[in-house]
Amino acid sequence: MTDMPDTTLTSDPSHDAPADHGDDAAGYYTPGAPIADTKAPGGPIDERWQTRKFEARLVNPSNRRKLDVIIVGTGLAGGAAAATLGEAGYNVKSFCYQDSPRRAHSIAAQGGINAAKNYKEDGDSVHRLFYDTVKGGDYRSRESNVYRLAEVSTNIIDQCVAQGVPFAREYGGLLDNRSFGGVQVSRTFYARGQTGQQLLIGAYQAMERQVAAGTVEQFTRHEMLEVIIVEGKARGIIARDLVTGEIETHLADVVVLATGGYGNVFFLSTNAMGSNVTAAWRAHRKGAYMANPCYTQIHPTCIPVTGAHQSKLTLMSESLRNDGRIWVPKNKADCDKDPRDIPEEDRDYYLERIYPSFGNLVPRDIASRAAKNVCDDGRGVGPEVEGVRRGVYLDFSSAIERLGVDGIEEKYDNLFDMYARITGENPYETPMRIYPAVHYVMGGLWVDYDLQSSIPGLFVTGEANFSDHGANRLGASALMQGLADGYFVLPHTIRDYLADGPFEKVDESHPAVVEAKQAVQDRVTHFLSTKGTRSVDSYHRELGNIMWEYCGMERTEDGLKKAIDLIRTLKDDFWRNVKVLGTAESLNQSLERAGRVADFIELGELMCIDALNRRESCGGHFRGESQTEDGEALRHDDQFAYVAAWEFAGDDEPPVLHKEELVYTAIEMKQRSYK
Amino acid sequence: MKVTLKIWRQPDAASKGAMHTYELDGVSEDMSFLEMLDVLNEQLNGKGEDPVAFDSDCREGICGMCGLMINGEAHGPEVTTTCQLHMRSFKDGDEIVIEPWRADAFPVVKDLVVDRGALDRIIQAGGYISVNTGSAPEAHSVPVPRDDALRAFNVATCIGCGACVAACPNGSASLFMGAKITHLGELPQGQPERDTRVVDMVAQHDHEGFGGCTNIGECTAACPKEIPLDVISRLNWDLHQAMRHGH
Amino acid sequence: MAVSGIIFIGFVLLHMYGNLKAFSGHDAYNEYAEHLRILGEPMLPREGALWIIRSVLIVSLVVHVASAAALWKRARRARRTQYVMKKNNASSLSSRTMRWGGLTLLLFIIWHLVNFTIGKVNVSGGATNDPYNLLVDTFDTWWMTLIYLAAMLTLAMHLHHGVWSSAQTLGLTNNTRARRNAKTLGWIVAVVIAGGFSLVPIFVLAGVITK
Repeated sequence: MTDMPDTTLTSDPSHDAPADHGDDAAGYYTPGAPIADTKAPGGPIDERWQTRKFEARLVNPSNRRKLDVIIVGTGLAGGAAAATLGEAGYNVKSFCYQDSPRRAHSIAAQGGINAAKNYKEDGDSVHRLFYDTVKGGDYRSRESNVYRLAEVSTNIIDQCVAQGVPFAREYGGLLDNRSFGGVQVSRTFYARGQTGQQLLIGAYQAMERQVAAGTVEQFTRHEMLEVIIVEGKARGIIARDLVTGEIETHLADVVVLATGGYGNVFFLSTNAMGSNVTAAWRAHRKGAYMANPCYTQIHPTCIPVTGAHQSKLTLMSESLRNDGRIWVPKNKADCDKDPRDIPEEDRDYYLERIYPSFGNLVPRDIASRAAKNVCDDGRGVGPEVEGVRRGVYLDFSSAIERLGVDGIEEKYDNLFDMYARITGENPYETPMRIYPAVHYVMGGLWVDYDLQSSIPGLFVTGEANFSDHGANRLGASALMQGLADGYFVLPHTIRDYLADGPFEKVDESHPAVVEAKQAVQDRVTHFLSTKGTRSVDSYHRELGNIMWEYCGMERTEDGLKKAIDLIRTLKDDFWRNVKVLGTAESLNQSLERAGRVADFIELGELMCIDALNRRESCGGHFRGESQTEDGEALRHDDQFAYVAAWEFAGDDEPPVLHKEELVYTAIEMKQRSYK
Repeated sequence: MKVTLKIWRQPDAASKGAMHTYELDGVSEDMSFLEMLDVLNEQLNGKGEDPVAFDSDCREGICGMCGLMINGEAHGPEVTTTCQLHMRSFKDGDEIVIEPWRADAFPVVKDLVVDRGALDRIIQAGGYISVNTGSAPEAHSVPVPRDDALRAFNVATCIGCGACVAACPNGSASLFMGAKITHLGELPQGQPERDTRVVDMVAQHDHEGFGGCTNIGECTAACPKEIPLDVISRLNWDLHQAMRHGH
Repeated sequence: MAVSGIIFIGFVLLHMYGNLKAFSGHDAYNEYAEHLRILGEPMLPREGALWIIRSVLIVSLVVHVASAAALWKRARRARRTQYVMKKNNASSLSSRTMRWGGLTLLLFIIWHLVNFTIGKVNVSGGATNDPYNLLVDTFDTWWMTLIYLAAMLTLAMHLHHGVWSSAQTLGLTNNTRARRNAKTLGWIVAVVIAGGFSLVPIFVLAGVITK
């Protein structure tokens, strides 16, 4: 729901006036040299990808089997890449921490996948999808990458249909589309509420076919814990076999990270329990830049937290906002009452009140922030958790009156069932309770047009990279990007790199390999020998609270500085006082989590520094200091139209900030409005 | 509320396991079953005892990673996954017996964690449509009747959790296999490999040591996605057809 | 398994039809028994058709038992460590007792053959060369009737699951309606066959059918 009409051009001086402030993050970082993508060819935007594909050198088929490719992660981006590179004849090694590649968290995506097929003849085109995506990302993405994404989106649908993905169809047997997230064209392909599952199973099956063919070797229950850099190039990984505890060295000619997002830095998120940043963070520490880490998407319609035991949050499709009305009591005293006993005049339909034209359908970030504000105001509903009620009503009573129970059942049955199962309440009788939750991160490892990170030979795809969504992601675009990267982009760009290979074999006794392996070993030993008093989960929970409070829906200079201090203290305590039982030589889930939490803590600090530096509100990032008089987000294109790519400079050194200027040639920057 | 947990503990595949009893107090009915185990693990960790190992990932009922035998029922008393089971399905003072999936094709890795790699290998044997990336025709070139697409979707919802195997008195994975064969067999794209798919998958299934199907129906009752027994009939039909065609 | 099972169903239906001849009296019944032996003459020798049927049945029995044994063995190997606690939620009692029920039926068939075909045992001590009289003498003995009725109950259960299961194994139940129909057919076949067989013993014991 980020696609909204434009009203103001950037030329409007009221939006471009330089804010009156200094450098918020001064002292927290070191300025570095600017960077730029050197791979995207120039020329008209609609010819760049064709040009690049032509210019990217080919690898002789007989050479491909001599080239080893490591792919970490088996979601849409990783699974699709493993299948495609396997088909092409490369030697692929695929890694995942789950017990099967089919478990990757892409599977949980509900809504759908965008593609510019224009089957509805409603004015859609590659250019419009490109335009919508750049605009949805609040003009903070790289236009060449986004254009390519829109361009290959159509191939994805062809590919998936051929694989047997059972998309929804019309009576005539052709594919059905729906409009999603407030866009005005119907370009979203879907398989009921389980599109992610169906697409992932398609990629998984394609990959398993290659496993059977012998081109892909799959390593399940393996976690990548270090990247091996030899002579400046990524040449392999150190992975731990989670069952035996063995620390293994895997060498290759190229390494691909398709390890997903890091939303779990907030502890509570809609991500899977195991989703983590470790692979990306280890690469970051070895030289890969981390771009825009503060860009987080917070989804407004999740099931609220019920207690301190909560381990994860569950998303409900935001299509619910089409018929549900969001409200809280006007009076704090009513918050613990049965909502059905609160009369109409005592209810505050705050979205309809503040945003009369869009009402309950305002973009995700607006809806989320408004919910936080009313709860902070003491008017939240539902159980009190740590003294605050965090929840607002999503009321279907008027929709039920209008459409009848049957009508609602037909539209939302599975969502209502899910809600009932989790909360034990019947949403046909009492209003649902919802609250925002972290859902997706737009930030990730910096990559060029070829999806290569700042480490040669290290490619990053899917949610793990930063490239396509800018400061906010459109609904149904995550699946599109994962599959675009995996099926259609990486296989072309990686060959240009591999054309120089096979590279000289690296021996396991090479100092870089030995050092990487030793570092992993030392960390494991450290965790097991610390014998402190606090569990890993308690640190993770505390980190999550800090991040949610200060680096969540609304960020301020003071809050972020406080968060950085808190995180540094937490980090110090974690390394001295964590308690991890068990042994290194067996399945040890506490040990796995300890390593992940250690990296989340460091990432959390960088996210706060990035958020502190970006004194503007854009997309999912809202700075309290940068808002209009009405309290709406205010972007500062003159100062912040850049990608913040952070370089790791050492454990006790401030990170180095490299700026990649964002230049738009095919699109004009505009400020959004939704009043 | 307070519950008594009887949990299978087994340090690793090679060791012998046994049931251990734990008392757990302060359980909220809003907790999911796995959150209840998280609380137990926090307490065990505090006491210096090795936490109970169990699998889970998405915790929203779709990834298929979790799966426990709870009081003799795969995924417990509700028709859902273990992660979506909530403690309100239990009463104060209940005794809850928790075991791993039991099948020789699913060896125990540790405690409640089992190795379901056999299911991946069944898919490797033929659970796919052979189409290389980039070689696909335009999506609208082959219309698919809506009902066929719906039927394919309904069984493609299988999450590969293995509950069917766990619940089956024969330890058969026929429901899992039938779901894939039906999914791909309903679609025009799946026709060219229909014969070889079923023959190869069944051969791999038997090779993995799963039992044979006797159409008892415990699998479908335990399936969190309610995959119907029809898929096994479809599997058998396809198998007979393949044999008739000389496979 | 399914095919041999269906052959058995065909056979027992025929067999039941023959048994019901008992209601038509001594001569009709014995004539039917004799006719079975001369069926197909003169193309076939005496008892030729009977032996063809018997051969088919023996082969079916071997196949049926061998498949059952193989499935049983596979099931045991598929789960060597048993659950401490295991509930059955969906399965019928008949589906869970196919193996032991099948064994029981096998024992019964052996006794039945000793009783009426191979050994011709008359528990009342009467003549054994008159099929009708042997039948009446047998079922006039209350415990014999009880054994036969128990066997029919076992057969009913075996058929109840067996009919639906064979439809499923043959791949004939690809949708909800076909599945429901096959299960209903299971009930019908079970009730008709077991009921039909039970009539004669009950009526003999009740004194309706007499020598």
